[in-house]
Amino acid sequence: MAVLEAENLSIVFGGLHAVDDVHFSLEKEQIMGLIGPNGAGKTTVFNLLTGVYTPTTGQIKLEGQSILGKKTHQITRMGIARTFQNIRLFKDMTVLDNVRVAMNQKMKYSAAAGIFSLPSYWREEAEVEEKALELLSVFHLEDHASDRAKNLPYGQQRKLEIARALAAEPKVLLLDEPAAGMNPTETAELMETIELIRSRFHISILLIEHDMSFVMEICEHLVVLDYGRIIASGSPEEIRSNPKVIAAYLGGE
Amino acid sequence: MDFLTQIINGLGQGSIYALVALGYSMVYGITQLINFAHGDIIMVGAYTTYVMLIMAGTPLWAAILAAVLFCAVVGVIIEQVAYQRLLNKNAPRISLLITAIGVSMLLQNLYQLIFKSDAKSVSNVLPSFPIPVGPLEISSVTLITIVTSVLVMLLLQILVKKTRIGKAMRATSEDAGAAKLMGISSRNTIAFTFAIGSGLAAIGAVLYCGAYPQITPYMGSMLGLKAFVAAVLGGIGSIPGAMIGGILIGVAESLTKALGWSQITDAVVFGILILVLLVKPAGLLGRNIKEKV
Repeated sequence: MAVLEAENLSIVFGGLHAVDDVHFSLEKEQIMGLIGPNGAGKTTVFNLLTGVYTPTTGQIKLEGQSILGKKTHQITRMGIARTFQNIRLFKDMTVLDNVRVAMNQKMKYSAAAGIFSLPSYWREEAEVEEKALELLSVFHLEDHASDRAKNLPYGQQRKLEIARALAAEPKVLLLDEPAAGMNPTETAELMETIELIRSRFHISILLIEHDMSFVMEICEHLVVLDYGRIIASGSPEEIRSNPKVIAAYLGGE
Repeated sequence: MDFLTQIINGLGQGSIYALVALGYSMVYGITQLINFAHGDIIMVGAYTTYVMLIMAGTPLWAAILAAVLFCAVVGVIIEQVAYQRLLNKNAPRISLLITAIGVSMLLQNLYQLIFKSDAKSVSNVLPSFPIPVGPLEISSVTLITIVTSVLVMLLLQILVKKTRIGKAMRATSEDAGAAKLMGISSRNTIAFTFAIGSGLAAIGAVLYCGAYPQITPYMGSMLGLKAFVAAVLGGIGSIPGAMIGGILIGVAESLTKALGWSQITDAVVFGILILVLLVKPAGLLGRNIKEKV
């Protein structure tokens, strides 16, 4: 069964059809790529999936359950987490706190228990800290746990953003240009990390990326957008040879 | 000697400013809203203390508890009724500011209607006797004020630094959009921030009544403005900044008085505001925010 399904998804801004009749279904533990030229509406699709925008028409289902009309934080709690094109870490918080923040909603202790440091506070915070450190170690960030997020080098900030998204224990992880600004070594490392995340956390991944060799290698299925519409979808091999895709990227008829 | 006594008095007054300034700063940090109705929350707290202590004759602890709870509830109601829709719609800041001033007037007039505009006396809120410290004599009220404020601020630090709601507050203040996408309800976080800020103002109100046992429906506006100056001086949005700003304003005030210039204390305080805005608009500990033009 598909984990995430989008049906006839459209959003209109003024007269602009930013996303027009988009549909796809993401299977369990699948890595799917959303590609297309700049301005094709890829990030808008992410914003629709996370409830930042409400679609004009269409349906989005997470494990068969509609997420339409839900607030962003509710959708995250239901199981869709994301990273951002331009890194949006909580820069002045520590690396560890960035991850712990995303685990917030699973803790139950009251604010008073926190202020007066009651046992429930210690127990839950200790559990969360252990989990957070474990997650950081997957990304080899555990040595930087107490550094401020803004002091990490760029590649590690990208990793921390993925770690933070995973801390929300999503079923679906949305990665918005994870390889942007990375050198070939970092990109290769990122590919391994993404594979590792999938096998270790058993989640489905939908990613937006411009680096074609990256996309072709890691994704099992691709959806190509242009001017908000799907112009092609299929396996990387099918997409590579699709004339519409080539035209959209290189221009021409 | 006299000089030292004045500094200590200034610390007492300053810690009240600090408690109030924290409310301005925390709310600003999360919503970019300058809640000009915050000063009037002190007035609400003072009248609650008056009702409990003088009219109902309850013990002090009950009055403090009632003031804190009532102010927290009033703070949240104000947020939900007056600000929430504007915040959700990303209304221009000037609309929020005007709304805040409107709420402030509403509170003042409401309390004038209920309690009349004459000053009420709330005497002996805190036990008052001189405490000899070395060659100095400090009023017990000043000492209680300083100790209480320090304790409350320490608890606030724990709340903000160590607990999950504190982390949610910091995350929302840094990037509300990203925080939502991490599963944090910005609505709950904002409401909680108003509750905490108003609760702090209530504690400030009780302490203020200890030092100045006269309350009127308008007492909040000057006190609130000075606390606002303190928040700006410390760097609005910064919690330690609000504490430092409050103390500095309090000390500046009492030193002005010690120098025999009592008439111009208000001028000195607002002079500091002008100076800060000219020289270091971000305040002592404020983040430099690049305004998009």
